[in-house]
Amino acid sequence: MSDTPVDADEVRHVAELARVDLDEDEVEEFATQFADILEYFDALDEVPEVDREDELVNVMRPDEVREGLTQQEALSNAEETEDGYFKGPRVS
Amino acid sequence: MSLNAFITKETVESDEDGPLSGKTIAVKDNISTKGLRTTCGSTMLEDYVPPYDATVVELLKDAGATIVGKANMDEFGMGTTTETSAFGPTKNPVDESRVPGGSSGGSAAAVAAGEADLALGSDTGGSIRCPAAFCGVVGIKPTYGLVSRYGLVAYANSLEQIGPIAPTVEDAAGLLDVIAGPDERDGTTHEEGADSDYASAADGDVDGLTIGVPTELVDGADEGVEEAFWAALDELEAQGAEYREVSMPSVEKAVAAYYVIAMSEASSNLARFDGVRYGKSGGYEGNWNDAFARGREEGFGPEVKRRILLGTYALSAGYHDKYYAKAQDARAWVKQDFDEAFEDVDVLASPTMPVPPFKLGESLDDPLQMYLADANTVPVNLANLPAISVPAGETDGLPVGLQLIGKKFDEETIIRAASAVEN
Repeated sequence: MSDTPVDADEVRHVAELARVDLDEDEVEEFATQFADILEYFDALDEVPEVDREDELVNVMRPDEVREGLTQQEALSNAEETEDGYFKGPRVS
Repeated sequence: MSLNAFITKETVESDEDGPLSGKTIAVKDNISTKGLRTTCGSTMLEDYVPPYDATVVELLKDAGATIVGKANMDEFGMGTTTETSAFGPTKNPVDESRVPGGSSGGSAAAVAAGEADLALGSDTGGSIRCPAAFCGVVGIKPTYGLVSRYGLVAYANSLEQIGPIAPTVEDAAGLLDVIAGPDERDGTTHEEGADSDYASAADGDVDGLTIGVPTELVDGADEGVEEAFWAALDELEAQGAEYREVSMPSVEKAVAAYYVIAMSEASSNLARFDGVRYGKSGGYEGNWNDAFARGREEGFGPEVKRRILLGTYALSAGYHDKYYAKAQDARAWVKQDFDEAFEDVDVLASPTMPVPPFKLGESLDDPLQMYLADANTVPVNLANLPAISVPAGETDGLPVGLQLIGKKFDEETIIRAASAVEN
């Protein structure tokens, strides 16, 4: 068994963090599956420390105005708009 | 009966004259096509019509290709069978009771069935090579940074590349020539590939080539797959190549590392789907967090939810060091093992998939078993390397794929070696 057991409460908590509602059947199913999957992930405990060779370089460019989407194009997939803005649900 | 290879069947002609004039091409449905619905195989994006083309789609049009539709796929690329698509599974044209592999299953099935001459897929952990192997066609996962990801709907940015699927190695290489090269809209692209001529590398000349076989990627494979694999290597040997076994202990941890990294990146990338700018909102009232959570419950299928939640878990306070940080260590270890192996050999070879194509419905109930099927493909993504899957015989009438892995930006050598497998 994994040393980080997952129960239904933990699945509900993570689902809340991720902003994904689940029905009760899904919570139960995920709790069982997550226990298996996380136990498998525990194999990572045996990975040795490795020097990471970072070959990464920042790619920079001047910040200049270019042609982009028109306002109408940018809004074209929004379910709700108002006066040229996206309209989302209430904040509180 | 239809194979259900396409989510949207629509033809976009090109007026340009180029290397792909007269060729039809299927485009995986996570690659943005201006004015043509792009769903990612998800209910969330059922009605999403991109206002712009991905860079690779611009390049296809400039090359004269005719797009014939948007290919079916596992939802957001999350699957190994194309069964997690919200638009129903695709059937394998070789045996319609079996899956075509995934996640680019529609792309590979369309090419294998002749519904398109060529296809684009995307490969985050094997999603081009797996369906190419299962459908008996050729697929290339390019070196990370060879092909622009601009306009590819992101699943796990640090791992994924767009790549070609075709009936032959030369055709796949020719399509790679069209899409490779730097793009100012993707800061991870390189100069390599700008003036490529991969197609002419498909000359079948393997005289003097040294092939390494990582024993960890052959042991435990299905018996019929293993037989076909060794027969292909013997054939290459007869053509002048030599092979030797090598050991890469890190790859035993690759599946765990891959899934932790991919799920973590997915949990962040898919946070954008809130139904406000695009996607389904569900139209719920009330507190915005509750409204988003209810809309996302409806818009995402079970595999996508599973990965978002596990990724959120792996990144959450108290677990980040245990999962995400260790997975990054494992990734560095895998890279190191590949670097060491390539000191002695030109390419590495393994079966693309350790098993023949699954029966439809066989693997859906046990997600971990499905993840383990990716054992041979995910190390390549972790190490940012190029790899090709080429048909290498059959087992019980089902296609077997041979995977050839190359050094960074050494697409020529794997294309050359793969073309010898076709001889």
